[in-house]
This record gives sequence, structure tokens and C-alpha cells, in this order.
Amino acid sequence: MHELSVCQGLVNEVARVAAAHGASRVTRIAVAVGPLSGVEAPLLERAFAVARAGTVADAAVLVTEATEVAVWCESCGAETVTAPNRLVCERCGGWRVEVRRGAELLLTSIDIED
Amino acid sequence: MCEQCGCGSTPGTVRVTDSGRTISSRPAAATTVEVHAALLAENDRVAAHNRAHFEEHGVLAVNLMSSPGSGKTSLLEATLDAAAGRWRIGVIEGDLETENDALRIRAKGVPAVQITTGQACHLDAGMVHDALHALDLHALDILFIENVGNLVCPASFDLGQSANVTLLSVTEGDDKPAKYPVMFRAADLVLLAKSDLLDVLDDFDPAKARRHVRELANPAPVLALSARRPATLRPWLDWLEGGLAAVRAHPGMHAHPQGHSHRHEHSHGHEHPETAPHSHPRAADPA
Repeated sequence: MHELSVCQGLVNEVARVAAAHGASRVTRIAVAVGPLSGVEAPLLERAFAVARAGTVADAAVLVTEATEVAVWCESCGAETVTAPNRLVCERCGGWRVEVRRGAELLLTSIDIED
Repeated sequence: MCEQCGCGSTPGTVRVTDSGRTISSRPAAATTVEVHAALLAENDRVAAHNRAHFEEHGVLAVNLMSSPGSGKTSLLEATLDAAAGRWRIGVIEGDLETENDALRIRAKGVPAVQITTGQACHLDAGMVHDALHALDLHALDILFIENVGNLVCPASFDLGQSANVTLLSVTEGDDKPAKYPVMFRAADLVLLAKSDLLDVLDDFDPAKARRHVRELANPAPVLALSARRPATLRPWLDWLEGGLAAVRAHPGMHAHPQGHSHRHEHSHGHEHPETAPHSHPRAADPA
């Protein structure tokens, strides 16, 4: 429930990258949002409509890629897809696992115009 | 409701199961720049700055999180009493409004800075950085940062803390970790607070709470305690002692920023005390 704060961070980061490339306009922003990131994509999109106003991303489209949660098991070596609130190995049931995907909150790319 | 996040206008239970969600069509004639930067890069930069301050001064910075009313401030008061003369402690209090919690801490003779966030539902690294200007880190061993009571938003913002401590009071459900996985996955220590009430609240099962934490692939210790029973605070005080020793022995060793794996970046060739806050896997502590 803090997606506007996150979006303001996103817009600042986009403005920084756009300025570094001498772009006057950003037309598309792609982000990856994992279920363990603490951010909900639909709320991020609503917040983006507010956060982009008056920035270099004023007319930009936000595209969110939802990722799945995958864990790697230290015991059996399997990588399995799991639910965000049950991070255990789907093969052997072990909980000593490493989260390989699903915690992302990343700005992956932007489309810019000169 | 909450102006900061707009939660009054949106359903709270939306789950994203589709991919490639697009608001409108893609314009032509643009150049794509690959970025791969954290959305919270700005917050993370300030958090790293805070963390450098803490490490430089050998301060154990504890980010205390829970639902409202779980007993964070009461635990701090009891901890200050139990640790009187043992450590030099400072407190940053985060609340939407009022100085009440800072007043309670100052009444114990301990420096406390109140951050009032207005409508914001979490502390961020910048707010903590501003508060640090009102504290003398040279004069502190442990800094408690009492986050805004909220099991959702604070989990996404790294403050630069040495460790995350999440309270779950036994008046809440023992399945809270399964309901709020992002928060409880980020915890380096889970405290089952108000444990003196377990006798009358037989629907809270500490073993179940512990199992739900394990099912988030989190090896963090789960300790039951009560601010009203000073004797129960011993393991918590031992954990703080271990944490302070670890911060001073290994200045580079700290809790990872939120949202990252528990198992990266660290390749220590030695074991630390079971109760010390650190971010690499512990060998013991079975589920």
C-alpha cells in the first residue's frame, strides 16, 4: 500500500536515465515486479498515472511484467515454482531454500525519444 | 484513507497472475535503453549511506516492525529497564502523528527522536537519515528504529539497519507469517510478544507461528517473550549482545536490504553465535 512512494522512486530513476541519454521524452517504461517484492502491479499502475505527471515520463506507458516465485533447494538441488507464502521445495518439502526469482522490483528498460 | 499510497481507492486483495499488463499501446520510433536498476534505487542509496554511518560508529541498528498494537514501544521500555547501564541506547520512533512514543522513551532517560510521517505508512531511508542528524552516534551502542505499525509497507524500504526484528503478538493469529510473507521473510529475528497471555489465548500456537516462518525459507530465531515478565527478555538481550558483537567484529556484515535473498553475498568460513543477527544461513535451528 505504498505504491505511490515506489512510483515516485521509479519516476526519479527514469528521469535520471533519460537525462543521461539526452532524451527529451520517455514513451515506455518496463518494470519487473515479483510477488515477494511487496508491490502490487495494478496499484503500481494506478499510482504511476499520478507520479508521471509533469515529468519526462508524462506520456509514458508503464508495462509491468509479473514474475513467478522459484526456489532452489539446498538439500535436493531442485528448482521449483512455489506460492509466495510457502517457500518450500516442491520436490522434497525442505525449507532450506534460496529464492531464485520472485523478489524483483526492477526497472528493466525505458524507450526514449530525442 | 491513505493519501500516500492511494489505498482508499483500490481493492486490497488484488493478485497479479497475468503477465505483460499494458496500460496502452506502444508508440513507434523510440530507442529502448536497458536499465535493470532497482525501483527503489534512490532509497537504497540513502540506506547504504545510513548503514555506512552505523558501521563506522559500531552501532547495532535494529529496525523494529509489527502491526499497530503488538507492543513495540512496551518492549522497548522493558528492554531499556533490563539493559540499564549495559548499553548506550538511542531510539527513533516512527508514527503518523504524536510524540507520545518518544515521550515514553525519553522518560527512561534515553534519547529519542520522533518522526511523524503524516499519512505515510512506513519509514524510508531519507526520514531515518534526517533523524540521525538529531542523534550522536558516537554516544550509542544500539539504535532502535521503531517503524510505523504496519505489516505491509515497511517491508519494502531498506533503512540501512543492521537487522530487522518483527514482533508478532500472541493476540494476533499464529498464521500472520503466511499472510504477510514479505514482512516475515525479511525478519532476522521474530519475537512472539505478550507471551504471558498464552495461558489464556490457547488458539495461538507458537510452534505453528515458527513453522510458518520456516515455510518462508527464513531461518531466523523465533523467541517468545513478554514486556511484563522481565525474566523472559533474557534470550532477546543475548541476541542483542551477539548482534552488537557481530557488528563490531565484522563491520561489513549486516542484514541484506529487504526483498533480496537471505543467502547471497556472504561466504564466511566460520560460525557465529546462534542468536546473533546476520544474514547467512544458520546450521542449527530445525523447523
